[in-house]
Amino acid sequence: MAEPARARPKPTPETQHYWDGAKTGELRLQRCDDCSHVYFPPRPFCSKCASRNVSVFKASGKGFLYSYVINHRPAAPGFTPPYAIAVVELDEGPRLMSNIIDCEQTPEALELDMKLEVAFQKVDDTLTLPVFRPAKG
Amino acid sequence: MRRNAVAVVGAAETTELGVIPHMSQIQLHADAALNAIKDAGLKLSDIDGIATAVETPQQLAHYLGITPTWVDGTSVGGCSFMLHVRHAAAAIEAGLCKTVLITHAESGKSMIGKLPRSIPADSLQGQFEAPYGVYGPPSMFPIPVLRYMKTHGITHEQIASVAVFQREWAAKNPRAMMKAPITVEDVLNSKMIAYPFRILQCCLVTDGGGALILTSADRAKDFPNKPVYILGTGESVETPMVSQMETFDSSRAFRVAGPTAFQEAGITHKDVDHLMIYDAFAHLPLYGLGDLGFMPHEETGKFIADGNTRPGGKLPMNTNGGGLSYMHSGMYGMYALQESVRQMRGIAPAQVKDAKISVCHGVGGMFAASGTVIFTNEK
Repeated sequence: MAEPARARPKPTPETQHYWDGAKTGELRLQRCDDCSHVYFPPRPFCSKCASRNVSVFKASGKGFLYSYVINHRPAAPGFTPPYAIAVVELDEGPRLMSNIIDCEQTPEALELDMKLEVAFQKVDDTLTLPVFRPAKG
Repeated sequence: MRRNAVAVVGAAETTELGVIPHMSQIQLHADAALNAIKDAGLKLSDIDGIATAVETPQQLAHYLGITPTWVDGTSVGGCSFMLHVRHAAAAIEAGLCKTVLITHAESGKSMIGKLPRSIPADSLQGQFEAPYGVYGPPSMFPIPVLRYMKTHGITHEQIASVAVFQREWAAKNPRAMMKAPITVEDVLNSKMIAYPFRILQCCLVTDGGGALILTSADRAKDFPNKPVYILGTGESVETPMVSQMETFDSSRAFRVAGPTAFQEAGITHKDVDHLMIYDAFAHLPLYGLGDLGFMPHEETGKFIADGNTRPGGKLPMNTNGGGLSYMHSGMYGMYALQESVRQMRGIAPAQVKDAKISVCHGVGGMFAASGTVIFTNEK
């Protein structure tokens, strides 16, 4: 029997730009053109002032490790425990959930506030997920 | 809402708690409901308002044979019942109904007739959280705790002590699932679930249910049991995505629901004799003590580790043993409410002597929602 697959996101019209961006190696955020608020997850209006005057832009991809757990059990399908489920705070302000690659999945290696940079994990031809790795330098 | 205008006149849990493979989830609702109706000395036909979560009120009404004039299907996770109490009290005051039944039941362990709780792949959680390996509450609920600990200077040992003292309360409760004493070392050496939390810092998974009957305080004196009055209530929601909380060193939903209830009740923290803070995981009592305003978050870990909430402590908390040691069918809020009512009636297995005010605080989802109910036994 085949291994159950990792949960896949199914984009909606308002989030399509985010997933299209990931495929081309861009982490895309949205900014309100009226009040400059940067927000996540994607939606076609500002979550602060309700303006529909918003733009999509390419984020720096830089941030830091805000918090995490290292999941041992039960593991999600497609994952080999132990693996960290992390929340990254981006330099632009929003936070997002992700995984940390190129790093031991241990409390010693995963230091809160450590600097991170985005990487792109290609799952298959139709899906690329933004993940993070310890920042170089 | 006016203070003390509405009272709990019936309260009961399911006949059994724990592993109940011979009852479906809806039957557990009915068992709890019939026990509470009997406790109140009522007939089913006296019930004209119903509220429940996950199961629908229409299913409950049909199954029990109730014709309601008021229904509430608010379903915001484990604190839904705190919100039901708040809404029911307002409805009774507004004259929409006279006698409300609130039920919870879940076949959390045996999974008999349990409704599925899936995360659709095109929901925000399905898109932006599920692909990163979250799998059930143990991998989600503790995500904020390392940030909380770093910000406020809380230690692993202090959080472990939550489980130790819950177990001390459970030892006094014949219906508690887990009664054997445990130490901080036991907690910190138990099986790892999702670092930093180990199995003894995670709630039990059991079958069971509970039900409450509310009516106006004017009528409450004619019931067989001592009325337990509703002194103040609060509610709020924040986000279904744990990653999108405003901050991880506090819960916005707690900060709104808790203080709203205190303000409505017109009490200060010194007035609180008994406290329930929904402990699906061991960090929640710390968030609760801070966000409800009992103390700064920096002091919550030390306050618990020093024994202030254990039996004999100055702020008895989670006196049934909590979700960590009493039972947890998936939506624990009803059991916290049941224990507050027992304490106010003076019949709890670990009764707090002369307790007059009980604060009962709940959480729903992974910090997604919150409800607080403050009870008193004095009119």
